[in-house]
Amino acid sequence: MSEVQSKTKAPSEPLFSKKNRKLITDPLTDNNPVTVQVLGICSALAITVKVETAVVMGASVIFVTALGNLVISLLRNIMPSRIRIIVQLVVAAALVIVVNEILKAFLPDVSEQLSVFVGLIITNCIIMGRFEAYAMANKPWPSLLDGIGNGAGYAGLLIIVAAVRELFGSGSLYGFKVFGNAIPGSETGLYTMGYVNNNLVILPPMALIIVGIIIWVQRSRNKSLQESH
Amino acid sequence: MAINKESNVYTIVFATIMVVVVGGVLAFLSLSLKDKQEANGRVKKKIEILSALLSADEMSKIDRTNAEEKYEEYIKEGVLLTSTGTVVKEGVEGKEAAFGVDIKGEYKNKNIAVKDRQYPMFIAQKDGKTLYIIPVIGKGLWGPIWGNLCISEDMRSISGASFGHQGETPGLGAEISQGFFVDRWTKANEVIADESGEFVPFEIVKDGTGANPNKIDGITGGTITSKGVEEMVNRCLVPYTVYFKTKKS
Repeated sequence: MSEVQSKTKAPSEPLFSKKNRKLITDPLTDNNPVTVQVLGICSALAITVKVETAVVMGASVIFVTALGNLVISLLRNIMPSRIRIIVQLVVAAALVIVVNEILKAFLPDVSEQLSVFVGLIITNCIIMGRFEAYAMANKPWPSLLDGIGNGAGYAGLLIIVAAVRELFGSGSLYGFKVFGNAIPGSETGLYTMGYVNNNLVILPPMALIIVGIIIWVQRSRNKSLQESH
Repeated sequence: MAINKESNVYTIVFATIMVVVVGGVLAFLSLSLKDKQEANGRVKKKIEILSALLSADEMSKIDRTNAEEKYEEYIKEGVLLTSTGTVVKEGVEGKEAAFGVDIKGEYKNKNIAVKDRQYPMFIAQKDGKTLYIIPVIGKGLWGPIWGNLCISEDMRSISGASFGHQGETPGLGAEISQGFFVDRWTKANEVIADESGEFVPFEIVKDGTGANPNKIDGITGGTITSKGVEEMVNRCLVPYTVYFKTKKS
């Protein structure tokens, strides 16, 4: 590492310098891929009914963005620019298949719930967006951090939306029954007082509404995100 | 010598190497995980068979770790039938043969004629009673639906059921896998054959007359899926009623 740096005269930079740390923390807040860049909304609507699926989906996306960014960054200087989009697609597709195969083998139940959405990670705009916008122009280490950061930004939002939807739609959090037993005839907890789960929260439109509310709160708190017009 | 990265030769060579490397890695991964994935599929199938046999309470104690053991505990024999109800294999030997039949594959495979399809059945012993579990498969609105029906000792009445689906609409068609829909099959003394052993078709109804014999209330908003269940059950059960009739007489 030091040899390469002395050749290129790059200023030696600690692995977790302030700039590098910002690569991870920025996408979590002010540059969140879902709420600020509004990318990857489609899957955010589909698999946020339960926290568990959101966690696995988030982890899968982190894996694909991080490793994909790393591979693309390593290949960026030897890649023919005419076929760079194809190369990016192949890298993303290969990683998605890896994730899908591993889930099928080790987490079969979750894999069934995610069904086609793991395969559809490849069409997630965040991934191609980060490959093209960041990994093609930056060194492997910052690219890896950028991938982790953006994946985590997506995963974080997914989990927040899923927590709201699971809590009010199914009365549980990560499978744990918070409000008691809802089965008719043997209700416990809140359900004995006539509380019922809200079916609307389970349906896809509610995910859009929750994402909208999060965007609203974030923009009203952070003036720099508001458009001037 | 510097390589011209924009030349056609370089581009083609780069693409070729990339495809070979990626293809090799994925093929290796797929082969090395195949056994585990297939084992998962077999466990899932055993859970589905057991869920028709056992009550919801008993099923809540069964997960992927102990399903195989419980399956061996309850399922003792199997039968493999032709479409006309003739026995191909039965007894302990039939248990393996019946489990090995991929009814989903046969249903989808257009090369297998309907009359050549194999009809597996599992025979369970529970609390000293002999119960028959029949797997069924059909079409829902968006994709395949399937299920298992448990027939009690009299070889007529339905004592248990479970339904599954691949991608029916949550809250509408997907409700077929819920307990309340399953209860409509098991709690109302539904029978698959009359006293003489002739098959009696089921009817999924909208008018709330589901309490009548062989009428089942459908699911509001899930009409096409409900009709799919009706078609699935009526089509799949026929060979088994022939088998039951010959066995009783």
